[in-house]
Formats: sequence, C-alpha cells, structure tokens
Amino acid sequence: MTETLSAAPPAATAEPIVDMRGISIEFPGVKALQDVDFRLFPGEVHALMGENGAGKSTLIKALTGVYSVDSGVTRLAGRPVTFSGPAAAQDAGISTVYQEVNLCTNLTVAENILLGREPRRFGAIDARAMRVRAAELLDRIGLDIDPVSVLGSHPIAVQQLVAIARAVAVDSHVLVLDEPTSSLDSDEVAELFRTMRVLRDNGVAILFVTHFIDQVYEISDRMTVLRNGRLVGEYATAELSRIGLVSAMIGRELGELEEVERLATHDTAERSAPPVLRAKGLGRSGAIEPFDLEINPGEVVGLAGLLGSGRTELARLLFGADRADSGRVEVGGNPLHLRGPRTAIAAGIAFCSEDRKGEGLIPDLSVRDNLVLAMQAARGWTRPIPRRVKNELVESYLETLDIRPRDPDALIRNLSGGNQQKVLLARWLVTKPKLLILDEPTRGIDVGAKAQIQKLVAELAAEGLAIVFISAELEEVVRISDRIVVLRDRRKVAELAGPDVGVDEVMDLIASGEPERERAAS
Amino acid sequence: MTTTARDALIRAGRSRLTWPVLALVALLLVNVIVTPSFFDIRLQDGHLYGSLIDILKNGAPTLLIALGMTLVIATRGIDLSVGAVVAIAGAVACTSIAGAADSGGAAAAFTGIGLALLLCAVLGFWNGFLVSVLGIQPIIATLVLMITGRGIAMLITDGQIVTVNNPYYAGVGAGFVVLPVAILISVGMFALVGLVTRRTALGMLIESVGINPKASRLAGVRSRTIVWTVYVFCALCAAVGGLMISSNVSAADANNAGLWIELDAILAVVIGGTALSGGRYSLTGTLVGALLIQTLTTTVYTTGIAPEITLVFKALVVIVVCLIQAPKARALLRRRRTPVAPPNAAAPPEPAVAVETTPTRKVGQR
Repeated sequence: MTETLSAAPPAATAEPIVDMRGISIEFPGVKALQDVDFRLFPGEVHALMGENGAGKSTLIKALTGVYSVDSGVTRLAGRPVTFSGPAAAQDAGISTVYQEVNLCTNLTVAENILLGREPRRFGAIDARAMRVRAAELLDRIGLDIDPVSVLGSHPIAVQQLVAIARAVAVDSHVLVLDEPTSSLDSDEVAELFRTMRVLRDNGVAILFVTHFIDQVYEISDRMTVLRNGRLVGEYATAELSRIGLVSAMIGRELGELEEVERLATHDTAERSAPPVLRAKGLGRSGAIEPFDLEINPGEVVGLAGLLGSGRTELARLLFGADRADSGRVEVGGNPLHLRGPRTAIAAGIAFCSEDRKGEGLIPDLSVRDNLVLAMQAARGWTRPIPRRVKNELVESYLETLDIRPRDPDALIRNLSGGNQQKVLLARWLVTKPKLLILDEPTRGIDVGAKAQIQKLVAELAAEGLAIVFISAELEEVVRISDRIVVLRDRRKVAELAGPDVGVDEVMDLIASGEPERERAAS
Repeated sequence: MTTTARDALIRAGRSRLTWPVLALVALLLVNVIVTPSFFDIRLQDGHLYGSLIDILKNGAPTLLIALGMTLVIATRGIDLSVGAVVAIAGAVACTSIAGAADSGGAAAAFTGIGLALLLCAVLGFWNGFLVSVLGIQPIIATLVLMITGRGIAMLITDGQIVTVNNPYYAGVGAGFVVLPVAILISVGMFALVGLVTRRTALGMLIESVGINPKASRLAGVRSRTIVWTVYVFCALCAAVGGLMISSNVSAADANNAGLWIELDAILAVVIGGTALSGGRYSLTGTLVGALLIQTLTTTVYTTGIAPEITLVFKALVVIVVCLIQAPKARALLRRRRTPVAPPNAAAPPEPAVAVETTPTRKVGQR
C-alpha cells in the first residue's frame, strides 16, 4: 500500500473533497470491503477500477449513503460525515448516476431531470419553468431532445445521458458515475467525456467506474484499484501502464488475456452438414428489414453495428422473442414456425438477452433454480429434475465456469455481474442447444470474466455449437467471429468473412453502409 | 462457511414467521386467561368439540381461499372476486338443490355442488383470461367480477335467501368425520397443494413467473398458462369455501355470504410473509396468517370486547403484526441484536481461471 502515498494529488489543490479512511463493510458471510482508503480531489476525474466483486459498487454505496459502514471514517471537505441515506448524501453534494438507469420511463424527460425538485409556483408545479430549466440542463450536456417527450421513448443511451443531466442539475461537488458508458456508442461516449471535462474544469470531483480501459486512459487523472475488497493502490493514470493496471486488478499475469487475441479460425472449409439455421427474408417492420442469414455448426457469427442498428432485433427474431412479420426460418433443413421462445428452445435455439436484469435473472431465486430454469421449463412442471441430478449439474457448471461464490443456494441477486452472466450462460448450456445467441454477453463485466466468456465461446464453437455473438465492442466481435454480419439503420448491409477482416473495414461499412455489398471469403 | 450460511438462512426463514406465530400464541394465551377452559377438547358422539376446533372450523373457508390467493399473489396478481365467487357458489348450489325433484337426496346435492364448481371454474377462467391474455392489471380485472359477481348471485337466487334441507349438502359445512368436514377439506387441500408445488417444479415456476415474467418467458416457462391456471384454482378454492359457508347454514345469501372475505384472505397471505409484489411465497405463512385472523375474531367474542370497538381492536392487532414484519422494523430489530458473523472465508482465494486450455481450433486453415 505504499503507492497510496506516492500518488500525487492534482496540482493546485491539496485538500481532498472526499477522504475515506479504513472503510470496512461486512455482509453476512462476506467481507465486502476491508480497511479501504480512498481520496477524491476537486477538479479530477478519478477512475475506480477492479474486477467484478472487487468492492467497487460497495465503496460507491458507502460513499453515497446506501450502505452504512462497519468501521472507518468518511470526511467530506474535511468534516467527518455519516449519511443516513442516499438523499442525505445528495443534499451534501454527492450525486450518483448508476449503471442501470434508475429513472421513471413513464414520465417526461423534464419531469425526470427535475424529479423531487420541480420549480413551483403558488405551490403547484410550474410546468413551463420546468421545461425551460430542463432544456437548459440538456443543453449543458449537449443533448438535443425534446424535454416534454416521454423518457421511455428514447433509447437506453439517451436515458443514461438524461440521468447525467439529472445529476448535474443539483449543484454537486462530487459526481459518481457508475459505468455510465456501458450502453453508449462511441459518439455518445465522446459527448459524455466532453461534459465530464467541463464539469471537472469547474472543480467538480468525478468518480468514474468503467470496464473500458481505453476510456480510463482517455479521461481519468488518477485511479484507485481494488481487489477482493481490499485496496491495491492509488495511482496517477499517466504513471501506470495498461498492463500494470490490469495485473493490479486481477492480480495475475496477463498471458491468458493475450491468448484470446485472435480466436476465430475462419475455417470456412466445405461443410457437408446443413446449416443449423437458415433465415430467408426474415423481418419485422419497425425493428429490422428482411434479411437472409445462414449459420453453420461450429461457426461464430458476429453481429456488428451501432446501438439501434438492429442487432438485438435480429437476434430476437431468430429466437422468436418477437414475432417476425415476413420471411421464414429453417432449422436443420426443416421449416420451423417460430411461435415464441418455447418453439425456439424446443428446436435447440438459446438466447441470452442483453438486458441481464430485466430479461435474464430471476433475482430472488437461488443460483441453482436460475441455472436449471430453462431445462425445467422445457421438461414441464410435472417432471422435476431429480435432486441428485440437479445438484451434480449445478456443481459441475459452477466449477467449469468458475462461478463465485460456489454456493448453489446463494440468491443470484447477490452475485456480481460477471458471475450472474455465467449462470445465465450455464442456464442455456444445460439445455444442450444447437444454436446459442449471445446478446452483449460481456457488457459490464470485468476483464477476467470477459476473457473467460470469450474463451468459452471459442471452445463451444470448436465443439460444434453454432453461435451468434453480439457486442458493442468491435474489436471483440472481430476477434471472436468467423463471419461478421454488419448492420446499419435496421438493415443488414454486408457479410464479411476471412482472416483479413479488420476492425477498420467493419467500421467503414458501419459508417458508409453500402447496402448488400456481399463479400465472400474468396 | 456453509454452516454459517445455513444458520443465517434458518434464522431468516424463522424470522419471517416468528412474529405472526408469536402473535397467534399471545392471542391464544389471552383467551386461556379469560376462559380457562379454552384449550379443552371434548369427544362427544365420536365428534371433537372445543374452542380450538371452532376456530379451525370457522376459519376453514378463509384458509382455503387464502390458499388460492397465495398462489395468485405469488404470480404478481391479486383476486378481489373471491367473495363474489363465494356468494355465487352458494347461490348456484342452493338454487339447484331447491329446484330439484328430490331436493333432499344425494343426487340433488351432488348435482348442485358440481354445477357450482363448474360455474366458478368458468369464472376463474374469465379472470385468468383477462389477466394473462388481455394483460389487464389483476386488481382491475378481478374488480369486474367482484362487483358483477354479487349481481349474478342475486339473479340466480332472485334476490331471495334460498334455504335448502338436504343432509348431504349440509355435510360439507356442518358435517363431522371426527373433525368437522370443513377442516378436513381445507387442511387436505393445503397439504395437497404444498406437496404438488414443492415436490414438482410448479412452485419454482410460479415463483419465477412472479419475480420476473419477461425473463421467465424467454427461458421457455409457460407464463401465460401458469398465471391462467392459478386464477382458475383460486376461483375453485373460493367456490369450495362458498359451499362450506352456505351448507353450514343450509342457505344461500347472495348479499352477505363471503362479504369482505377477499380482504381477510389477502391479509392472511400478507401476514404470512408473501409479498404483494409477487415471487417467493410461503404456504405455511398463509396458514398461520389465516389462523391468526380467525383467532382474532374469536378472541373478540370470547373476551366480550364491546361490538362497537371490535373493528378497532382487530385493526390494532393487524397493524402491530404488519409493522413488526416490515423490513424496516425488522432491520431495526436486527441491528439491535447484531449477530456478528465470524471471520470466515469471505475473501475468496486468488482467482483461478476455469477454462484453462487454449482453444483447440485450427488457425487460418481453409
């Protein structure tokens, strides 16, 4: 912990606005934080780094008054403080934007931004003043949307920016951004960073949590690294190399990360087996234009495109989560009438939604129940999986996928994001699917778990499973896929295959989007 | 680690029911103090009699309806129409029996009961249709039948109180097989449902639909069928409860039979620790809740609390039980007697990567 002292505070200011000392938090059976120190200075962007379960969220929640600490002192501008709850922290000038948008999608943008502090006139809410004030705030973060539009009508990315506008609306000295960029595309990230820099230059202390290492180096001044609930160190960003950062986070050498460098084999040799799935003219108006697609056994097909380009919509059609209004689907050479997820599952298709919380987890059930849910649903309620079989199955997947804690009775809500994602993967793997559709399986999870999942995808494909892989990270798609389907504006614009496909080429297509420029692997 | 986790689990499982059970015990003690013979049970002509038996017998309909309600609430729903269904069941059975050629015979009784169950199943089907197919909010969907149901019952009975004189029918609510038949039916149904939901996968699937319907659908769970079935089952429970109530007095009162029983049933479920937001449910909890409510009613009578303050007294007990169960109050109590978890394997050992082998795919071979 000697690094703590060596990290230089930003010039000009010597007094930290937030100074947490010896923070420990314990949950039944888990020491979430042990003796952690943390300092945040005015006018800096400070990245909080660590793997899933390292204690980042716990530390943030301790700072923002969500959790009370078991020991340790928090000083705000030199004065010791204890917050009775998030509202108290906010009153003291600490605003937080969480990873999952915590706003009311049924209210308007303006109402959301000013919720709880609406301008009043004669005791009633002054709708006009509210609109004007909201427009100002939106303008300040450079977001051009109608303040009276309903929040739910905007994509998640915009909702995220609205959440930030809301946080900025309070005069806060400390702004906590918990993975604000996980659902943003690169333009929106740039926009967000611009806003962050403006706020920083105005003296706001920004605590920034992200899994994107590039972003950390782009925006942060200093960083604090946690591992397993303990402080690893506090560093000036300029003085810590990326490799150094990653090994500080995961505490092991990086060999395995590099191994995943290029997984795809592009082995497009003659295939005798019929495609696992063939879609012809499949489409749904308002979601995605009709497209053709073939997926072969053992092949990883990547879907690349910007947010809202139709990636998720395409995947949902293949699974029957949404009903197609044109085209047809063949599975293993036989026509399949996709009436819904059940027909898809029966045909051997599995789908992991990008919305882990909303469409994946059953938070109040145990890891065991979550893991066997799809298998049990397929068997029907009258044929429960025998307890012994179930336990063996669950144990073996906890082991192979390295799911922590290795406790089948733990409620899945208490697991970290990466571990939740692994349980959801296992939920489908136990059903022995032929086609696995993964929508953003690595979003919002740490480097270690990410590498594990990418490797797993490659291994599954090697065993003959067909995989559709969606990710907002182009590098990841390119690295992992045998074939890449490029989508743009809700339309399939190209299909690329071959070892020489690079990120730049895909990026060009996403940007220019010359339609139907099929390019075979030659 | 596992032992402490298990201990914590047991503690949590206990704490959910601790307070309702304590309240129940306290009420029973009050009764014993006021009426020392309260716990006495006599065997007379092969039938058991006593205050405790009375509580069980009078509580049997509520218990049964709370059973159906538990499953409905577990799926994020609520069924306000059970009281109306109670009235309809009695009305159909009594009208049918009274109108039969041999109105004292077994055939008439069974026809009446069969008709009542059938019609009520249809009503449950209707509720389930509104909720699971049309996607109407349960509270509104079942409000429809709650209001029109009494009207239907009135139509069936022509607005009169229909009395019947049929020993077979009277057997349902007033009969004895050592214990009152009503108790046997309710307890039997409870055991059966407990067994069916927990021994098969039904309980888990119901909970998963209640906790996250979207995710359940995507995992291939038949959410719609499950929700629909649960409403039919709840209506059937209400129907049997209605038959008990009506057969106990050998009459059908469309206006008053099962009046406000939906609220008692919901209360029993909530006191039992099943959250109105759906998800995890506890049949044992519901059992305790229903008994608590019935004991409360009995206590009011035995202690001779003045009728004008009965409701206030009931309300007080309910408020205390609910408050004490509220997560915030529980958290406060827990903080008071914090069991410090022993320092154990909290920090997991250094991560070991699961998938160790290099992918075995051939690179660049075409």
